[in-house]
Amino acid sequence: MGSRTRREFLQIAGVGGVVFASGLLGACARPGRPDSGPAAGDDFYFVQLSDTHWGYKGPANPEATVELPRAVELVNALPEAPDFAVFTGDLTHTTDDDQERRRRMSQVREHLARLRVPQLRLMAGEHDASLDRGAAYQEFFGPLRYSFDHKGVHFVVLDNVSDPKGILGDAQIDWLSKDLEPLPKSAPIVVFTHRPLFDLKADWDWNTADGSRAIDVLHAYPHVTVFYGHIHQEHHHQTDHIAHHAARSLMFPLPAPGSQPKRTPLPWDPSHPGRGLGLRDVDSDPRLPAYRLREIPLGTEA
Amino acid sequence: MRFAGLFLALLAAAGEQPERVVHVVARRFNYSPDVLELQLGVPVTIELTSADRDHGFSVPDLGLRIDVEPGKTARVRIVPGKVGTFEFHCDVFCGSGHEEMAGRIVVSAPVAKGGSGGGQAR
Repeated sequence: MGSRTRREFLQIAGVGGVVFASGLLGACARPGRPDSGPAAGDDFYFVQLSDTHWGYKGPANPEATVELPRAVELVNALPEAPDFAVFTGDLTHTTDDDQERRRRMSQVREHLARLRVPQLRLMAGEHDASLDRGAAYQEFFGPLRYSFDHKGVHFVVLDNVSDPKGILGDAQIDWLSKDLEPLPKSAPIVVFTHRPLFDLKADWDWNTADGSRAIDVLHAYPHVTVFYGHIHQEHHHQTDHIAHHAARSLMFPLPAPGSQPKRTPLPWDPSHPGRGLGLRDVDSDPRLPAYRLREIPLGTEA
Repeated sequence: MRFAGLFLALLAAAGEQPERVVHVVARRFNYSPDVLELQLGVPVTIELTSADRDHGFSVPDLGLRIDVEPGKTARVRIVPGKVGTFEFHCDVFCGSGHEEMAGRIVVSAPVAKGGSGGGQAR
C-alpha cells in the first residue's frame, strides 16, 4: 500500500518513468526462492546513485562539494523512503596519498550517514580501489563483492575495479557461478557493478576485459538486469535478454560514447549548474514486466 | 572479423630483427610519442617502457594489448594491413589523469611507385 501511495504521487506529479522490457518477468511468481519470506513478491523501489568522485577538484564541476549533500537531500525528500540506496562506485576521486584517500572516504561516510534509508549498498569504483587494490575501501565500506536478497530478488555486487586492469578475474567468475547455483532459473537477478560488463567503448576503457565471462554465466538466467556507473550518463543496452542500465554521475557528465575525440568531461555550464548530473529510482513492481526507471536530475536541465 | 587485414604478433624472442623499431615511453599520464605514424604493410616493432609505474597499452581496434611495467621492455610487432587511425590507451588504472592517457596509431598508404600494391593481409 505504501508503494502504491508513492505511485499515486508519481502519477499526480506526472512522472511516469520509463519501463525497460527485461529483468522482472517472472518476478511475480518467484517460484522456489530459498529466501522467500513473508515479504517476497512485494513491490519495492530503490535509488541508484553513482560516481560521486568526492575530492574531485577541477573545472568540470566548480561546485564539487555541494553535489553529494544535494543528492542526500533529494533522496531524503522523496515522498516515500526507498527500500535501499545503492552507490555504483567511484565514491571518491582517486589520490596517490593514502591518508587523503581515507580522509575522503571518511567524509563520504559522514554524508551517507545522513541518508534516511533503511539500507545502504555500496561498491567500489576504480577511483576508490584500483591504486591500493581496495584496501582502504574495505576498511571503510566493507567487502568488494557480495550478494543479498530483497523481497524475492537476488542482488549481486561484482567488483571489476580492485584489479587495476579492470577485470573480474577467475576467482570472482567462479564465485558468481556458485552464488547463482542454488537459484531457480526463473529467479529475478539484479547485478550491480561499476564498469560496464559489455564492450560499450573499449578504447575509452568503457568495458570489462573479461566481462563477457560474467555475462555468459548470467545468460543462463532469463531475468537479469545490470545497473552500473563509470560512464557518467544515462545509457541503456541489451545483451540478448540482459538489460544494462548506466546511471548519471553526481560530479560531472561524460560525453556520449564516441561523440567527441576524447572522453573528457562535458564542460561546466554556469547557466545550468549541475546539468547532466542526477540519480534514479528503480521501481520493482511485480505487476509490471520490467523495472520502471525514473531519472532525477540534480541540476538545472533546461 | 574487424581485425582481418592486420597481422599482429607479440615478439617472444629477443633475437628477432624487426625492420623498424619505435620506442614509446609510458608515464603518468601520457605516452611519448603519443602519435605513431606507420606505413601500410611495413613491419614495425613498438617497444614500450614505463618511466614510473604499471601501465597498459591497449589498441582495441587491433585486438591488441600488453602490460607496460617498470624495468621491463614490452614489445609488440605490427604489420599494418589497413590504412586508418587506431586509438590506444592505458587500460591499467594509474591515478587521477588515467583517463587522458591515450594516443593513436596512424597508418598511411605508401607513396605510389608504379602500381605497387599494399594493404593485403599478411
